[in-house]
Amino acid sequence: MLAFIIYKFILVLIVFFISLGIAAYSTYGERKIAAFLQDRMGPSKAGPYGLLQPIADGVKMFMKEEIIPDVSNKWLFILGPCIAMFTACMTGVVIPWGRPLIIGGETYALQITDINIGILYVFGVVSMGVYGIMIGGWASNNKYSLLGAIRASAQMISYEVAMGMSIIALVMTTGTISLSEIAAQQDQGMWNIIKQPLGFLIFITCAFAECNRAPFDLPECETELVGGYHTEYSSMKLGFYLFAEYINMFISSAVIATLYFGGYNMPFINDLGLPNNLLAILGVVFLFAKIVFFIFFFMWIRWTLPRFRYDQLMDLGWKKLIPLSMFNIFITGAIMIAKDLF
Amino acid sequence: MQLTNRSKIVSNKKMTLAEKIYLPAVLSGMSITVKHLFKKPATIDYPKKTREMAVIYRGQHILKRDENGAERCTACGLCAVACPAEAITMISAERKPGEEKLYREEKYAAVYEINMLRCIFCGLCEEACPKEAIFLTDKTVPSTFERDEFLYGKSILTEPLNATVDVSKRQTKDTLDFKKDSNFAHNILFDPSKPSKKSSKH
Repeated sequence: MLAFIIYKFILVLIVFFISLGIAAYSTYGERKIAAFLQDRMGPSKAGPYGLLQPIADGVKMFMKEEIIPDVSNKWLFILGPCIAMFTACMTGVVIPWGRPLIIGGETYALQITDINIGILYVFGVVSMGVYGIMIGGWASNNKYSLLGAIRASAQMISYEVAMGMSIIALVMTTGTISLSEIAAQQDQGMWNIIKQPLGFLIFITCAFAECNRAPFDLPECETELVGGYHTEYSSMKLGFYLFAEYINMFISSAVIATLYFGGYNMPFINDLGLPNNLLAILGVVFLFAKIVFFIFFFMWIRWTLPRFRYDQLMDLGWKKLIPLSMFNIFITGAIMIAKDLF
Repeated sequence: MQLTNRSKIVSNKKMTLAEKIYLPAVLSGMSITVKHLFKKPATIDYPKKTREMAVIYRGQHILKRDENGAERCTACGLCAVACPAEAITMISAERKPGEEKLYREEKYAAVYEINMLRCIFCGLCEEACPKEAIFLTDKTVPSTFERDEFLYGKSILTEPLNATVDVSKRQTKDTLDFKKDSNFAHNILFDPSKPSKKSSKH
């Protein structure tokens, strides 16, 4: 029992620190990729190739003066970034990071907790993330913050519907809502993207909106709302909001990779006859390669597309993605019935 | 009235199906940005690398020395007169016996200051100078934190003895012809033993 607790504790710590590390280096990656896509050089002064930039940024964030507005609701003002950070970190527990390790006859799953409703858990936690933004925006007692928060919550609620429905079609084909089983099912190279191309498209669009990333970054659109929901925030509380966004991006990439791109699987790797533990470690590497690709994809989209107008955003969410995801469910069902019949 | 032929009539046209699903536009945009990912950045990493300057670039001034290492400037003040920004001030002094190696002629500039905040780097001082003493170089004036650090005196402006700055490329054909003209004695090396030729034309 003690060994189990220690092993889970170590796993939690590893996942936590990897999330933070990847989020920190995503800020660096974002700035570098933005620079490269715009023919610039990006941060290059702190350390070789500017690699120490995230540390410099972190120190800067901690050293800055912390301002809590006089008119704000202080408890809620502090609670906002806490919730944002907390929910961002919580999602990582159900992601299967690799196939189980077998050490001395004992099986160690590379997943913190294998709950059989993994997808529902992810959805539940992600939808709680909106409270961080809502509370922060409201407690600031600033009209721009409030507008940003309202936009964020409206946007997240609208896109969650389409996202959930695109997942329903996926669940219909997989027959399970446990993330570890979905990942394990794809080990023969038959990734779910092949079965659910339309569903993937809907899912990734909604993931952009859920993460408040461009082209759906209306909650923090500078041209209209100063800084959006975090206008009044300073110091590390602002840092927490920005950090939570990057952790969300990391987790979204992990979920996308797990649901649609085979998770820790890679085609033909099972045919090589490698020992199980090596396969498990390779699986983790593959998963992280996929995650890094999707983080890059998020940034690539951000520095390509202009921001949607708010009515276009709502139009896309309610009038296009939701009917499209319903259609996707219908098609999936029809194909499944056709398969059974013939 | 039509001012340019670039004006467009705003249309409120309905989007086509391809435009409505956004994907073709998204993909074409992404292909454009990914091409830029592999392009060389346009940035010059300034303190490490510097932009290649034209040979006649007008940057920080230099007070030239002659072939023997004596200062050419005689503090005539023509540069200060020519300066449209009134950036140049000087105090002249008389050469003492024994200072022949330091100063080319009997009069020299004891103080010569250019206020780099006033200077507009037009090069009129260079043009006005009859002694070929002041030139602009391709060196840029570095930024500092204090205003008084921009008041460049002789210690900064005078050409170092051991590192001659080549300004020959800055001199136009007119200047070089002027230099060859023996009627203007100040342009050949001053030699007290030979009396300078008086111009018959002037």
